[in-house]
Amino acid sequence: MNLFIEQCLNGLQFGLMLFLLAAGLTLVLGIMDMVNLAHGSLYMIGAYFAATFAAWTGSFVVGVVLALGATLLVGMAVEVVVMRRLYGRDHLDHVLATFGLILFFDETVRLIWGPAGLSLPLPAWLSQPVQILPGVNYSAYRLAMIVVTLMVAAFLYVLVMRTRIGMLIRAGASNREMVGALGVNIKLLYTLVFGLGAALAGLAGLMQAPILTVQIGMGENIVILAFVITVIGGIGSIRGALVAALFVGFIDTLGRSYFPDVLRMMFSKDVASTAAPALSSMLIYLLMAIVLVAKPEGLFSAGNR
Amino acid sequence: MTPAFNLRTLVTVVLIAALLLLPLYTGLSGNRFLLTLFTRIVILALAAVSLNLILGYGGMMSFGHAAYLGIGGYSVGILAHEGISSGFVQWPVALASSALFALVIGALSGRARGVYFIMITLAFAQMAYYLFAGLARYGGDDGLTIYKRSQFVAPIDLSNKTQFYYICLALLFGAMYLVWRIVNSRFGMVIQGARSNDTRMGAIGFPTYRYRLVCFVIAGTLCGLSGALLANHTDFVSPSIMYWTRSGDLIIMVILGGMGTPFGPLIGAVALLALEEVLSGVTEYWQIILGPLLLLVVLFARGGIEGVLTQADAKVRS
Repeated sequence: MNLFIEQCLNGLQFGLMLFLLAAGLTLVLGIMDMVNLAHGSLYMIGAYFAATFAAWTGSFVVGVVLALGATLLVGMAVEVVVMRRLYGRDHLDHVLATFGLILFFDETVRLIWGPAGLSLPLPAWLSQPVQILPGVNYSAYRLAMIVVTLMVAAFLYVLVMRTRIGMLIRAGASNREMVGALGVNIKLLYTLVFGLGAALAGLAGLMQAPILTVQIGMGENIVILAFVITVIGGIGSIRGALVAALFVGFIDTLGRSYFPDVLRMMFSKDVASTAAPALSSMLIYLLMAIVLVAKPEGLFSAGNR
Repeated sequence: MTPAFNLRTLVTVVLIAALLLLPLYTGLSGNRFLLTLFTRIVILALAAVSLNLILGYGGMMSFGHAAYLGIGGYSVGILAHEGISSGFVQWPVALASSALFALVIGALSGRARGVYFIMITLAFAQMAYYLFAGLARYGGDDGLTIYKRSQFVAPIDLSNKTQFYYICLALLFGAMYLVWRIVNSRFGMVIQGARSNDTRMGAIGFPTYRYRLVCFVIAGTLCGLSGALLANHTDFVSPSIMYWTRSGDLIIMVILGGMGTPFGPLIGAVALLALEEVLSGVTEYWQIILGPLLLLVVLFARGGIEGVLTQADAKVRS
């Protein structure tokens, strides 16, 4: 039972982390109609920045804040230098160009930080387990991640639904030409949205950094998951991204922890231990295929495309 | 098409002549590595040619084309592992299983459009990736070594490097001819019509869904053949040959060379893989050059290398 609660919390934490990635993607895809494969590179860069800044300043929190700002700047620079020229182009052009960006970022990181991975050590106050229910201990860091991502989700909700900028973002998602025609500085808005997406990706990356190693290519697998979430949730829908992210987070985590036992009942131990992670990864893509076959525009489609 | 001299024809003719004469050069100079490299290029060009059929002519943005490389490759690998090394069994199985996989994917994703089509094809390819990564009997993540290449009747010997190269080259040219014939047939006209305006083709009375599905299956089957060749070339097959970045590589080849042109995928495959080889000789950090180069192609060379050559020809003529 304790293990089950812990796994549910892990699923929640992983789902919320995926939401951070997917929220940026869905905004960029929904508003700029831009397929950005390099979103995973921003995730990676966020983690590298955090590890570096934390080592320089000696403080985890300061490092994280600096890394967030730096990733935001990198994201805005990428928008101004590259992305801006690609709006309105074919999706294939986006795929090719952002694929080029991935190569560039991976190699730049290798050039600066070297091929070996980095680690981001946790401060003492985050590395002990805390008691959340009588008799149930849970990692303080993962709990902090849940709290932070929930706060970010709430912030996004308020930003998008309750502020003027959010209104423009929503308007941009449904009709960009009209927003431009009404005199809104659409270029600046796009740069800001892209920067926001980058910062969210960076936040996701740096939060994963203490759990996993910070390494080149760490974003490549997870960006596809984020795309899956974006598509399941419906392009441009933050609410859809949240629902789909939680779904995927739970399926992945619970699948990984309980699938091996289920399989072990049917097959030998060796077969089960190789097949289980693969099958639980497949489950997610199966979910997406089912959703897309049933609802080709995703669960909560925002746009009218 | 102007019968007079133009750059585009020249490049194509020189490239094909070079491919045909390459074993002569490598035989004389003893540079075996070059032959191995170009065998790989020719095999991947075959995959790019098949992708071009749906991407360039059919307008179907498949981001999961590497899945067929894996399925073709694993058909050879698994049969070899189980002791069946006859190419007369392996290759038809590779083609049939790729065709079947393409039929299922195409049928399920045929109604999706735009980003959704990109993502659903990607999802199925990732499913295939994880499926093969989970097969403990066949090496799982680590992949499967193939100890014996596909066996055919007496004069054909895939272990002979020169012979294998020419077999791959012949299959590539055959596939290019097949795609050219398909594209210029009535069937191909319907496919291209559906790319430009699906609704209108439907209104004229063509069941475009079925036409597109058949096209998708043909492309998948051809790519499965490429996978079978690739497995024979490397004597090894692993899930990583169907990872999504590999699908991205194939898309790059098609766009770099020139999407929707008969020779574009071949030119793109040669350009990309040769460039990778040259750049990696210059610096360890060659991707830092290749990445921005791809960006520049997207931004300034629309229509890829074929497009640039055609434009240059138009400039000369005017």
